Amino acid sequence: MSKKQNIYGLLAEYKNPAELMNAASKVAEAGYQKYDAYSPFPIHGMDQAMKLKESKLGWIVLIHGIFGLLGGLGLQVLTQSVLYAHNIAGKPFLNLPAFIPVTFELTVLLSAFGAFFGMFYLNNLPKLNKSLFNSDNFAKATDDGFFICIESEDDLFSEGETEKLLLDAGALNIEKIEP
Amino acid sequence: MSQKYKYKPEPALVEGDHDFGSITKLISDIPQQATPKWWYIAFGISNMVLALLLGVVTYLIVQGTGVWGLNKAAGWGWAIVNFVWWVGIGHAGTLISAILFLFRQGWRTAINRFAEAMTIFAVMCAGIFPAIHVGRIWVVYWMFPIPNSMQLWPQFFSPLLWDVFAVGTYFTVSLLFWYVGLVPDFATMRDKVKGKWAKFTYGLFSLGWTGGNRQWQNYEKSYMILAGLAAPLVLSVHTIVSFDFAVSIIPGWHTTIFPPYFVAGAVFSGFAMVMTLMLIARKLYGLQDIMTVNHIEKMNIIILVTGSMVGFAYIMEFFIAWYGGVEYEKFAFINRATGPYAWAYWIMTLCNVISPQFFWVKKFRRSVVMSFILSIVVNIGMWFERFVITVTSLAQDYIPGAWAYYTPTLIDVLTFVGTFGLFFTFFLLFLRFMPMVAMAEIKGVMPQANPAFYENDKMADLAKGPGEQQTGKER
Repeated sequence: MSKKQNIYGLLAEYKNPAELMNAASKVAEAGYQKYDAYSPFPIHGMDQAMKLKESKLGWIVLIHGIFGLLGGLGLQVLTQSVLYAHNIAGKPFLNLPAFIPVTFELTVLLSAFGAFFGMFYLNNLPKLNKSLFNSDNFAKATDDGFFICIESEDDLFSEGETEKLLLDAGALNIEKIEP
Repeated sequence: MSQKYKYKPEPALVEGDHDFGSITKLISDIPQQATPKWWYIAFGISNMVLALLLGVVTYLIVQGTGVWGLNKAAGWGWAIVNFVWWVGIGHAGTLISAILFLFRQGWRTAINRFAEAMTIFAVMCAGIFPAIHVGRIWVVYWMFPIPNSMQLWPQFFSPLLWDVFAVGTYFTVSLLFWYVGLVPDFATMRDKVKGKWAKFTYGLFSLGWTGGNRQWQNYEKSYMILAGLAAPLVLSVHTIVSFDFAVSIIPGWHTTIFPPYFVAGAVFSGFAMVMTLMLIARKLYGLQDIMTVNHIEKMNIIILVTGSMVGFAYIMEFFIAWYGGVEYEKFAFINRATGPYAWAYWIMTLCNVISPQFFWVKKFRRSVVMSFILSIVVNIGMWFERFVITVTSLAQDYIPGAWAYYTPTLIDVLTFVGTFGLFFTFFLLFLRFMPMVAMAEIKGVMPQANPAFYENDKMADLAKGPGEQQTGKER
């Protein structure tokens, strides 16, 4: 499937969130995989319209959280009870209640790292330059524009038909994006 | 007997005739315009005060903590008072960004960005005090879990060490949360600014954000998880700060009411600080459409609720001191109200318990002048609360022969004043160079953001200007 494309994709602009969602569901119905709907803010119901699977981020955070929990507890048990157990006001060496706060904090800290770095990892960021930035219109996507871009990498992509689909869904304009 | 109830929609979150484009313009124009004159003046003053802070901290490090007013009885003075005060202020930012997000309070979007900025800068100010109060700052790494030359580790049974982890985690998570929120707005700035360097810098920080739904999906998940993590975190941080006191056996400190009481106090003072900053920013930058009087009223309600919780805690402490029947505990509280620090106690009561009660009156809640004055009064009161707790219990504890009176020195005062220089230096830089309101989030709570808006006529009616809506004012 290594057909060399001379364009990155077709970018269609839509009038408002409702039309964008409508168009996105039509593109999804048609069976396209490599496309995305761009908007200045997240739109409710768009995940369903695009038939996206649930984000995997929760699992990443869970794994990080477990590491934080075990690491935090391990650090304290190891240093206070094993490596150099010392008598603090006659308290037991394995003083689990006293270990709760730091264990909790480290669980939260590691989970937050998971949520932060995991999100950027799943979003394939940072990636400062993208073909989409070659567009003339696309700057509006972070202001008040609503776009769908179907990439030429997609198996179903063919300039004529894809353009027709986007126009039928109510596109205001269609732009070819340079790779 | 039946009563007719009529559905009254919430007042519009954004007032005036705004669409997505005008919101972007309103916010993203601020960093692009020429720097206002007042900004240079304010920044200059803040810089000088910051220089003062660096000066007194250097002096402290060279001379030792003897330059502070600490004495044999009061081993903790302004340093801990200022630490708790600044950390407490920070808590409102997290409350607004995380807890109100989880409760789906759309009005938070107007203020969350700079409330979070305030959190970060306030925690920076707070962090200075524990670092410098150790006396020998060159061994400050003893606070971190590193074994010393005798293979001895820091001991984790101490709330002071818990504090290191709590405040460290809090600062880090607040920063990450803030940055996640900023990424889409940095992308907006990247697409708006003209200059090459500005475009490059905003582009760098936006990490190549495009606003595709596949990105938004993970983004929203991440935002929700971070909010879910920050909510218990913020409660834990001030709980652990209160453990610094409550785990000891000093009369007046050794009480179980401390954690909830400290958290309520933190939210109370933090909201007051957000109010102060918001009222100034909204005026200077003309953001009245986004930060409406309805927002001010909602914040004042939170100030009233948390202020009353603090007042209840003061009364409860007194009651338990009597009911518990411990002589020293009883004395500690009677001494607070009538002893040598009675002046501080009554300033505290006046500012924290009496002053927020004005907000029972709707007219005061919606008054900008009243909100501004009371927000400052509340923060003064909360500073005195920490002063009263810290100093009265230490200066007069068990043996009258060991009692003393604690007075701060000039260095104490200048260090505290200096932290304002640090705070405002960063805050002014934030106002100048960053989008101070979360544009993407504001757009997300506008009625036009909902696809159903375009299909349903009723929704369209809801979105019409505030004039046609007749809410808010008539209630």
